[in-house]
Amino acid sequence: MTDRKIRVLIAKPGLDGHDRGAKVVARALRDAGMEVIYTGLRQTPEMIAEAALQEDVDCIGLSILSGAHMALVPRILEVLEEYEMTGIPVVLGGIIPDEDVAALKELGVTEVFGPGAITVDIVQVIQKAVAARE
Amino acid sequence: MTLVKELLSGSKRALARVISQVENDAPAAHEALAALFPHTGHAHLVGVTGAPGTGKSTLVNCLTMAFRERGDSVGIVAIDPTSPYSGGAILGDRIRMRDLSGDSGVFIRSMASRGSLGGIARKTADVVKVMDAAGFDIVVIETVGAGQSEIEIARLAQTVLVVEAPGLGDDIQAFKAGILEIADILVVNKADDPRAGNTERALKGMLELADGRHVEQMIWHHGMLIAAAMPAGSSTDESWQVPIHLTNAISGDGVTALVNEIYNHRAYLNESGELSRRTYARVAAELDLQLREHLMRRLLKGVDIERLQSLIVEVASRRTAPHQAVETLLDHCE
Repeated sequence: MTDRKIRVLIAKPGLDGHDRGAKVVARALRDAGMEVIYTGLRQTPEMIAEAALQEDVDCIGLSILSGAHMALVPRILEVLEEYEMTGIPVVLGGIIPDEDVAALKELGVTEVFGPGAITVDIVQVIQKAVAARE
Repeated sequence: MTLVKELLSGSKRALARVISQVENDAPAAHEALAALFPHTGHAHLVGVTGAPGTGKSTLVNCLTMAFRERGDSVGIVAIDPTSPYSGGAILGDRIRMRDLSGDSGVFIRSMASRGSLGGIARKTADVVKVMDAAGFDIVVIETVGAGQSEIEIARLAQTVLVVEAPGLGDDIQAFKAGILEIADILVVNKADDPRAGNTERALKGMLELADGRHVEQMIWHHGMLIAAAMPAGSSTDESWQVPIHLTNAISGDGVTALVNEIYNHRAYLNESGELSRRTYARVAAELDLQLREHLMRRLLKGVDIERLQSLIVEVASRRTAPHQAVETLLDHCE
């Protein structure tokens, strides 16, 4: 009798204080039956990887509105590798120019959501990515 | 089983994985728990409970830094509530514990209550065992924001802190039964608030009327294992006078004194023999609970589901009373 729940870490890396989007997504995932570990603002890549490891999450959601995604995301993926968390689905939300989206996906980001994204889509992408890993 | 070996040799990743297995009641969990059980018993278990917003998580952040200064490693299990509608949860205790990140002597795990109403999750006790086996000197268990009756933490933890904050109620609230009775140490957090003195006085008044923490003993009564308070006078626990500590978890004021008190309480438990008595009561309660769960599962298998569903319709339309419906079901149980 297993009682499996999808666990997701929601983090805001770097120096931006706009956490409305992260909170909306956290709430949507909760309402979809997931357990959301919400870490709050100003997280370093090391803090994110450490939390993901300790919490044994199935997916990491990052929210970046500072424009620093091309610096932060590669570094986070690097640190995740150091923590032996390679292959864990990482989804990103924020203001991300189209030309960066392709580059980020190339690096291994599962999906990128911009303004106007529908929460149902985010839930489905996470469910699919987690199911594919099992 | 290699996961257990890795855990015992200090792998954080393995520890996190085993906790998930235990939490999900995965088939591998039983084996892991059995293998880890002989390694438990080292950690001192500190419970932190209190109403939502009293500053429990922030206090755990402070306490943990103080434990670390003394060279003790710390595992933290922080529980937040599961939504009764979606089954999901938002676990936000880590937000207040950011000072602890990057310290390899600290491991924080958030846990959803998953429908349990006692302030901790059904699997919390087992997760605590896993952390204990992993070698932490202190395991801190932070309950969900608890009201007046979420007192399961008293059975699990060895030192229970009940955290109050000023302005939450008058002396009648302190006078009521429940959560205050389980405290080994009372904490008035947010002590910079001018009303903190009132809260302290109300708690003091309540303590003066009490005769120490009630020590539970388990007795068999009509075939049921039940908890009973020890008769007055028979408890050696009266020698522990519940202290009240004023803290400010943001500035750190009062935290050193509180940490000293926690170590005092641990020493007291060891020296008075109280620790072994509490362990006995806890094990009795744990075995009772597991026995009930297994028996319940076994018995429920014999219930005729179709009949149950038609009875639900009958009760909903008020043709049958609930207790009659249950009797009918029991009559047809295998």
